[in-house]
Amino acid sequence: MTEASIGADRGVALRLANVRRTFKELVVIDDLTLDVAAGEFLAILGPSGCGKSTLLRVIARLNLPDHGTLDVVPSNTKFQTAYVFQEAHLLPWLTVLENAALPLELTGVSQPERLKRASRVLAEVGLSEAESRYPSQLSGGMRMRVSLARALVTEPRLLLLDEPLAALDEITRFRLDVRLRDLWIERGMTVVFVTHSITEAAFLANRAVVLTRRGCRIKLDRSLALPTVRDNELRVSAAFADEMKRLLGAMEEEG
Amino acid sequence: MNIRKAIPAAIPFVVVTLSLEWLVRAGWIKAFLVPPPSAVFQTMWRDWPELFAALAKTSTGAILGFVLSAIAGIAFAIFLSSSRAIQEAFYPYAVFFQTVPIIAIAPLLVIWFGYGMRTVVAAAFIVSIFPVIANTLDGILSTDPALRDLFRLYGASPATTLWKLRVPAALPQILTGLRIAGGLAVIGAIVGEFIGGQGLGSVIDIARTQQRTDKVFAAVLLASVLGLVLFGLINILSRLVLRNWHVSEQN
Repeated sequence: MTEASIGADRGVALRLANVRRTFKELVVIDDLTLDVAAGEFLAILGPSGCGKSTLLRVIARLNLPDHGTLDVVPSNTKFQTAYVFQEAHLLPWLTVLENAALPLELTGVSQPERLKRASRVLAEVGLSEAESRYPSQLSGGMRMRVSLARALVTEPRLLLLDEPLAALDEITRFRLDVRLRDLWIERGMTVVFVTHSITEAAFLANRAVVLTRRGCRIKLDRSLALPTVRDNELRVSAAFADEMKRLLGAMEEEG
Repeated sequence: MNIRKAIPAAIPFVVVTLSLEWLVRAGWIKAFLVPPPSAVFQTMWRDWPELFAALAKTSTGAILGFVLSAIAGIAFAIFLSSSRAIQEAFYPYAVFFQTVPIIAIAPLLVIWFGYGMRTVVAAAFIVSIFPVIANTLDGILSTDPALRDLFRLYGASPATTLWKLRVPAALPQILTGLRIAGGLAVIGAIVGEFIGGQGLGSVIDIARTQQRTDKVFAAVLLASVLGLVLFGLINILSRLVLRNWHVSEQN
């Protein structure tokens, strides 16, 4: 199995052409063209406030572009997109199991079926024993895993992540990085995540795009020369350091 | 509330009662202005059948008014939340309930509803509905935008979003509104009774004209206890409803 073929059958391809998005007078995204292949794990890197979250919202169709087009191929399936926010954003009155099943509830899946599927996906993120607990009884890392399970429960073809692990401590984050990467290999889907963490981008992604501070222009677009299966060993390898250096160089470049 | 928590709250009551007793007996305060607490308790003991019957009436009026304003207030807030235009058109009239001087319109209520329970319930309702509307609306409108996006992403209809997200997410604010409304409903009921002629309000009014300050105080004390009990019941309800929300509600 080669990198490029992972999830190509189940993921979707994205094509953003000349996308422009403004908020009042401010041009947040200025003429962005970006192709994402089916099954790709793409990291979008940029400084805080550069508009990368807006870009992700445009991809999710939560915000519409003022100009330009966004094509998703194939576009025939409904509810193929899942979105993970910076924080877990769980419903405090629902149990972990019900929270994970929520997207299925909203899309009209019967209760036994949705609970069965939610239970399966919770096992995948290692939360089987926490099914009947409430969000208030979980640690930050566990909440984030519920949030991830909730996103995965619909078996999305496109998973969008907005700095999902930024608020967690480093050890928890490392562990979830590995889990997320494994899930991508197991499930096969297109993943786009935005982050300001170079380490996270280098560790998780196959391809990284570095954006400018203003206007979301692409400064660097690079396929990372790193192995498919990744563990914490990789973090101290020379190849990883080399990729970090390139990304850091692009981040620090003026513009 | 357990006994340990009740002790700190009981201390000021005991201290104030004892000092008042002493101040009156020593002649610092005239007994016809403020009766000694012992006289108040004596009156309460002697007139208990009458006071208890009045308390039962007042409780009924206050609770009915409160339940009505809870139902109508939440329903009206949900209606207001449906669009900005509706809010702009109707919210000013909700504020009317907050600003209306209940004392001034109580005589009108008697004309509309007659002497007795219906006037009392109407007064309790009018006084207590605004905090329910304001808090519920505030809760519904302050739904986490990320969760609204999530519901949108999965194609949830406005009705589904309302019942599965916005209303449950507003529960803490709704309960805050109810807690305020509970106390106000007792006040409203007493005012209604001044005019409507029954319950503790009526007892206070008659005792006042007879210069029976001890009886006035006994009735006021019972009205306060009624307010406290209502407040406590709503707190218990709140704890039950929100028991899974916060770690602090679990112990």
